[in-house]
Amino acid sequence: MELHINGKSYEVHAEPDTPLLWVIRDELGLTGTKYGCGLAQCGACSVLIDGVVARACVLPVAGVVGRQITTIEGVEADPVGRRVVDAWVRHQVPQCGYCQSGQVMAATALLRETPHPSDEQISAAMVNLCRCGTYNAIRAAIHEVAGQAGKSSTALNEAAGAEDTGRAQA
Amino acid sequence: MNHTPDAPALEADEEGFPTGDPANISRRRFLTSSAGVAAGAFVLGVGLPVGEARAARAAAAPMPAGTRVPAFLEIRPDNSIRFQSPFVEGGQGIFTAMAQIVGEELDADPSTFIVENAPAGNDYKVLSIGMRITGGSMSVRLSYPTMRRLGALARQMLLEAGARQLRVPVSELTTEPGRVVHAASKRSVTYGQLAGVAMDLPVPAPDSVKLKDPAQFRWIGKPVQRLDVHDKSTGKAVYAIDCRVDGMLHAAVQHAPRLGQTVGGIRNEAQVKAMKGVHSVHRLPGAVAVVAERWWDARRAAEALQVDWKAPAADSTARVMPADFSTKALAAQLERMPGPGENAENVGNTEAALKAAHKQVSATYHSQFVHHAQIEPPSALARFNADGTLEVWLPNQAPELFQGDIAKRTGLAPEKIIIHSPLLGGFFGRHFLYDGGTVYPQAIALAKAVGRPVKVIWSREEEFLRDPVRPMAVVRFRAGLDANGFPVALEAESVTEGPTEGIANKRGDKMDPTALEGIAGKAYAIPNHRIAQVYAKQHATLAYWRSVGNSMNDFIYESFLDELADAGGKDPFELRLHLLQGNARLTNLLRAVGELSGGWKRGPYIAADGTRRARGVAMASPFGTEVAAIAEVSIEQGQVRVHEIWEAIDPGSIVNPAIIEAQVNGAVALGLSQVLLEEAVYEKGMPLARNYDMYPILPLARMPRVHVRIIESGAKMGGIGEPPLPPVPPAVANAVAHLTGQRVRSMPLSRHVFKS
Repeated sequence: MELHINGKSYEVHAEPDTPLLWVIRDELGLTGTKYGCGLAQCGACSVLIDGVVARACVLPVAGVVGRQITTIEGVEADPVGRRVVDAWVRHQVPQCGYCQSGQVMAATALLRETPHPSDEQISAAMVNLCRCGTYNAIRAAIHEVAGQAGKSSTALNEAAGAEDTGRAQA
Repeated sequence: MNHTPDAPALEADEEGFPTGDPANISRRRFLTSSAGVAAGAFVLGVGLPVGEARAARAAAAPMPAGTRVPAFLEIRPDNSIRFQSPFVEGGQGIFTAMAQIVGEELDADPSTFIVENAPAGNDYKVLSIGMRITGGSMSVRLSYPTMRRLGALARQMLLEAGARQLRVPVSELTTEPGRVVHAASKRSVTYGQLAGVAMDLPVPAPDSVKLKDPAQFRWIGKPVQRLDVHDKSTGKAVYAIDCRVDGMLHAAVQHAPRLGQTVGGIRNEAQVKAMKGVHSVHRLPGAVAVVAERWWDARRAAEALQVDWKAPAADSTARVMPADFSTKALAAQLERMPGPGENAENVGNTEAALKAAHKQVSATYHSQFVHHAQIEPPSALARFNADGTLEVWLPNQAPELFQGDIAKRTGLAPEKIIIHSPLLGGFFGRHFLYDGGTVYPQAIALAKAVGRPVKVIWSREEEFLRDPVRPMAVVRFRAGLDANGFPVALEAESVTEGPTEGIANKRGDKMDPTALEGIAGKAYAIPNHRIAQVYAKQHATLAYWRSVGNSMNDFIYESFLDELADAGGKDPFELRLHLLQGNARLTNLLRAVGELSGGWKRGPYIAADGTRRARGVAMASPFGTEVAAIAEVSIEQGQVRVHEIWEAIDPGSIVNPAIIEAQVNGAVALGLSQVLLEEAVYEKGMPLARNYDMYPILPLARMPRVHVRIIESGAKMGGIGEPPLPPVPPAVANAVAHLTGQRVRSMPLSRHVFKS
């Protein structure tokens, strides 16, 4: 089988029903995409298939032959992905970082489809789990990529609120 | 979490009996076969300690931990600094904090640091309690002077080398970030140019260097960017699960349904061995493993195994899970166990004060088992080398502890065991030494059996089966109020087993402080109080969970305190201020969180969006830090919605305010997840949930806004990672109780339907 990943072609030998996740991790050594649950619950394995986010842990590899696969290793080649990564760094999003490959892929897919998502759209799209609780930083980073235009006042408040830190000397 | 006792070996041998297949197997029916091709030859770049050779040369005389500079620092010609961290990075930002602290005194920009977790070794036991553990929020607060001094010693060595190179007295030299400067001749030389000479110089006497005046700090106390954020945003960060070595095989396991059971027969061993990609099938203590060229093949085959499991021996001293165990029955059993238990605190005359009280209030609270549910499933990679050494890559919070355990298990000398500690994909207490809860004994046994390196990954389902849980407690309160409605007596009997007692599988000589922390040690001035533990073994393997005993006990105590406020006709915020009279630090903290929230108001009130809301407040004193939180909630379709969390945190003094804000956000998320959603339920000796579908954790959609105020009171430095969690669950529960009139005395709140 030939896979198109991050603009390159790879010949792979896995059985057709092997999940894409394990082909890219074990056979191709692209370990940026993570295993978390194996049940499409947590989103750590999120990749883009023809620009749309998918859970690689439940995706038989045979089903993605001939499609354009983007993994976290290739995300910065995508103009939206590049801006997402920049915003992730500016907002210092990751803590342990294990889920963040999937978070970045999910955010990239959201912003490619919906350049100015509302808070409701972010909540609906960003269902990837993060045990470190980086959710407010994720939301703020997505709003930053979306830019100020087209956001409701609620969204602006939300983004500001997530950054709201006071510090006092006593 | 001060120590992790020795892990007793498993033993079992009795009549066998069969069990069912894992419940999730049908979901995977679309995945039935695969082929085996060796994984690419990619040797992981987790290296040996940089300064090992130099450290060995300098090892003639024993040196105190945290002083042998070359064991920690390698300064490269390009002025980048490779630093061996005594503490493992798992999201808490410790690599960056270490770079700030060492860089401050070394006079080197933290952004030039490349930080790795140090190997096992006495040089790295830098905690003031004489050991090395990443946990208990101890890393910075118990190594701060030592790590500053390490930077200062390295700077002094660079100055000495600079004096030789520039041929001037060392007294004429000073430093700027990354370089030694001779101001008189306007000459300077970079650390990178000097390091070759400097690191071969003797380390100066530890007390010969002077630390900086904090007023001169350039990086400590500033929101320095974390060092690993770009790597973690682009998939480049390497965790244990990502590690690979040449010739490595993969393995998956099927665990016995209950801890303590052993392998009887395997009914379909021949068929499983014949499955595509399978290398071999192995019987391990309490598990059967399949080794394959690829993990997916191993996993599929391990799931297909039909194993007859044997019951543990009746006289087994190991912790075993009874076949009839259920969390429901355990809760009922704890409720029935009588007091008075063993007193941790007994002040005044509680019984007499209760009898004399104007009004008595009593209530019983419950806490639940919870999972760590870190997103990285546990794994371990083991390789026996030709030179007689054993290398193990594993998630861990204490390299020397694991090295010692491996030495005991294998009979190898500790110095023959090389521990690699990659980044942790979350830990929250998961990666201490838990008997039956760690992967590396399996990886070592398999690597030995097959003569090749083996990496074992536990599937999420196997992880939830073996993840040790936070203990359960039933806490019985009785309190007495005086005629003015103020509490004058409080009795708490907690029927529980502390996590440390659980890990030891026995009671220690002293009481386990992690059992009662959050109920004992309160700052409130209640003149008569008795706080006791009734020891009750829980069968499930127990663990530390972020903020440990405080994670449940502050929910319990701070909720009951609000009940006392209501019973005495007091506002809960005002009652706390009253009980903290004369305690300037906590009074200031409580006022600060009130101010942060725009002024304390309990509600209920109607918010701008038309929802009816109320607020709750709670405080806690975990790990040397003081915290207070206010939560604002409403009810949406019968369930609790948390809109805002305001939290004030006083750790005394700080290193990085941006990391603290991130840690507060994370602790809020975990605290909310616990109070709103989480409970590990056992029936017939097994956890019902084996994945996130049955064990929901907080998603982004339920994350409230979080507002943080950091207070540097100047008190003794406290912890950061654990402390922000404990006040969050009770602040929410108190808000809900006030809004709905329903006082829920257990978690999670999702088990109840609320009326607004």
